[in-house]
Amino acid sequence: MQDEGSNDNWILRLYVAGQSPKSIAAFKNLKNICETHLKGDYRIEIVDLLKNPQLGKGDQILAIPTLIRQLPSPMKKIIGDLSNEDRVLVGLDIQSEKRESNEGIK
Amino acid sequence: MKDKPADEVRINLPKVATGIKGLDEITNGGLPQGRPTLITGSAGTGKTLLSLEFLVNGVIEYDEPGVFMAFEETEEELIQNVASLGFDLQKMIEDKRIFVDYVHIERSEIEEAGEYNLDGLFVRLNNAIETVGAKRVVLDTLEALFTGFTDQTILRAELRRLFRWLKAKGVSAIITGEKGEIGLTRHGLEEYVSDCVISLSHEEQDRVYTRRLRIVKYRGTKHETSEFPFLIDDDGFAVMPITSLALDHDVSEERISSGVPEMDAMLGGKGFFRGSSILISGTSGTGKTSLCGHMADGACKRGEKVLYLSFEESSRQIIRNMKSIGMNLGKWVEKKQLIFHSARVSLFGLEAHLTALHKLMGKHEPDLIIIDPINAYLSNDDEIEAKTMLIRLIDFIKANKITGYFTSLTGSSEAEASTSVNISSLMDTWLLLRDIETRGERNRGLYVLKSRGMANSNQIREFMITSKGVKLKDVYLGREGVLTGSSRLMQEMIDQEDSRKLQEKINSLEEELERKEKAMEAQVELIRLQAKSEKIDIMNELDQLKREILQKEVFTKRNLESRSK
Repeated sequence: MQDEGSNDNWILRLYVAGQSPKSIAAFKNLKNICETHLKGDYRIEIVDLLKNPQLGKGDQILAIPTLIRQLPSPMKKIIGDLSNEDRVLVGLDIQSEKRESNEGIK
Repeated sequence: MKDKPADEVRINLPKVATGIKGLDEITNGGLPQGRPTLITGSAGTGKTLLSLEFLVNGVIEYDEPGVFMAFEETEEELIQNVASLGFDLQKMIEDKRIFVDYVHIERSEIEEAGEYNLDGLFVRLNNAIETVGAKRVVLDTLEALFTGFTDQTILRAELRRLFRWLKAKGVSAIITGEKGEIGLTRHGLEEYVSDCVISLSHEEQDRVYTRRLRIVKYRGTKHETSEFPFLIDDDGFAVMPITSLALDHDVSEERISSGVPEMDAMLGGKGFFRGSSILISGTSGTGKTSLCGHMADGACKRGEKVLYLSFEESSRQIIRNMKSIGMNLGKWVEKKQLIFHSARVSLFGLEAHLTALHKLMGKHEPDLIIIDPINAYLSNDDEIEAKTMLIRLIDFIKANKITGYFTSLTGSSEAEASTSVNISSLMDTWLLLRDIETRGERNRGLYVLKSRGMANSNQIREFMITSKGVKLKDVYLGREGVLTGSSRLMQEMIDQEDSRKLQEKINSLEEELERKEKAMEAQVELIRLQAKSEKIDIMNELDQLKREILQKEVFTKRNLESRSK
């Protein structure tokens, strides 16, 4: 695991399996999104299941990469290389007000 | 891939035994080793149980640890499920013989944002396999993945990869799937599993549920394609493999006693062949159960095990009744040599009943099985089904070299032979008990209708049930036919009188003969005496003459001497 950023309001855990292209892409995409929307207010933990396979059970990880929003609760789960930024934002529930106004209907 | 290599493939294909009764027999050894097997069926057909037994038996019987990846039930639920079958799954998990991984997929929690694969599943499965050194793996049911992920393209590619990976791992895997509307599984899992597919079902017929198992395909091996009934009970899963039998069972030359010496005498003096099937038919009250008692008693005395299936009387009733004719079956029950099983056939349905029987036989390994009476099977509405089931049962008993002793209740009068004719061809020996009614008496007669492979008596014997058991009497064959009961006794008395008279005549003749001999001897003596006295007279005369000659010689000599002087 490694820590990124300084504050604890957003704790995001990214599950990967080795240094696969998808995992690397996911980390890059996550980093970009966080820097854009959550700057200074987030922490990213990276769990490599190849190194710690038993950790997959706790968060029920099947797909790789999987991003878990630890905080704020409730827990959220997003799978994929996070290349679809809109979906990541929906999944993490970031800027919900902005999104709601965009969609028009809730 | 034409005809030629088929045999070799069949022999060479390595298999892994499931340890499930019957299943290993119909698959000729078990599931394909190191390859995935698909088990499909609708909800509640026993997929999970079959898979769990495969794992548990692997640990207990074949020293093969296993992994259970559960997509539907939690670890605790699984432990509870098999605890009712007497398996301590908890302990196996603690001992690191079985690894259970509960995989929970909640569709609503997951957002898909970009490309992904199922490496997480692979890592978890791999970790589980390596933790216990698993040889067997169960994925129950993998189709849950289809509800968890929307991207079908990715999912299908990953499934294909998973099956390849499982094969590369060399684990023998069971994958379960829900039966679909059209295909074998709802999501077409069968397209990934090409080696072995087994389908489970349960159907209602005449208000009785029957579970059935069918091997849909099994690449490279001979297998049965028909549906087999199976049972889930206190001991778990059991399949009835009877139609897989062929008519090539070994036969025994050994003879076993019927328990009634006079009856053995009718059967070439030695009794039945071991492993043969024997039918005793007769109207009610002709003594069929008593003969069963003798057979059972005789077998137990030889130290054999007997399974007695009674469909009309309780075991206690039979024991009591046999006691009244001098047999103590109770002690054999105590020694566990005699096992009674009383149940109504209709309780389960035929197939389930026979599966239960199959299990009973496997459990007790009897040398003799008594079914009293087999009509219990034939009372079913569906006569054809009942008959085929009975054929399968008898075949199974024969194939296991168990002697089968069946009774059949026939209606009165002429129908006696015809009701049993359907099954009689399966029987090696057929004894018929019948009533003989004369002069206001009902007596029992027994005769051998057929007995394959041995000399047998063609005579009817009178059959009597005494306080010392069943006795057979030679019947009286007179001008008026067979005589039994008091008629026989009367005839026997007349016979006795006749022979007494004859004996007297013989005696008097013998006396006369003696007298004559004595008279003859007296005459001989007389002649001898006469001859003797005559002989003496002659000898006296001879002496006289000799003396005269001597005197004459003396006289002559004296004359000569005086002349010379």
